[in-house]
Amino acid sequence: MGPARQAAMLSKKEKELIADIWESLTPVAEDIGADALLRMFASYPGTKTYFSHLDISPRSAHLLSHGKKIVLAIAEGAQDIGQLTVTLAPLQTLHAYQLRIDPTNFKLFSHCMLVALACHMGEDFTPVAHAAMDKYLSAFAAVLSEKYR
Amino acid sequence: MVEWTECERATIKDIFAKLDYDSVGPAALSRCLIVYPWTQRYFSKFGNLYNAAAIMGNPNVAKHGKIILHDLERGVKNMDNLKETYADLSVLHSETLHVDPDNFKLISDCLTIVVASRMGKAFTGEVQAAFQKFLAAVVSALGRQYH
Repeated sequence: MGPARQAAMLSKKEKELIADIWESLTPVAEDIGADALLRMFASYPGTKTYFSHLDISPRSAHLLSHGKKIVLAIAEGAQDIGQLTVTLAPLQTLHAYQLRIDPTNFKLFSHCMLVALACHMGEDFTPVAHAAMDKYLSAFAAVLSEKYR
Repeated sequence: MVEWTECERATIKDIFAKLDYDSVGPAALSRCLIVYPWTQRYFSKFGNLYNAAAIMGNPNVAKHGKIILHDLERGVKNMDNLKETYADLSVLHSETLHVDPDNFKLISDCLTIVVASRMGKAFTGEVQAAFQKFLAAVVSALGRQYH
């Protein structure tokens, strides 16, 4: 299923919910991002192979800055989900031609991001919010890998 | 057979010791039915699953969620013998219930997220890794008797 269609699977209410959640998380972008990355490295050690050039120990400057970058990109996409392909165009190119991260890893990261959100938001990470967020992150990952081949 | 470090054993036992089974079980199953609605295909006899509110209020879902969590506890008590512990359940899910074993992963992920939301910061990356390793081992045992 193409990413545009995936994004279209989100209802208006879900898009608003997602936009609200990410807007509220922008002030703690580096904490959430670093947390999600650390969780991924702990549960899926193979993912560390993409970071051999960085210091990814807890609270390291690299980890915080990288976590922040990722969350801010996700948050930016959330403000206008219908335009994901446009918003993410530069990142698509980066991932396809330079980073070439195997897309299976996007699923692993998305799962860890959901766990990070659950830890951070507690009961507020309701099943409805979880469903919407899972759909959004899937669409985001699909757009990111669109230029791979 | 899965190898467990002392730290992993302690972490997993600790998580389950502190869990409110009767709340977490229903929360995990209802979350699975909401986030992955196609899983509802196995629960057509459960009554109203029409929307999130109906699912979360459905007493059959709640009852089944509790059963699932109590069954997981058996695994915690038999971490070195999961294949035998779950052999009967595996046969049941394969031959009677006809459940696609991919679904076990979906409910595992939902359970992880429910536990994460209850434990908050205490659910660190290391704790998550141990918990997920346990659930993956149970999922594997549950899939063992499929043929």
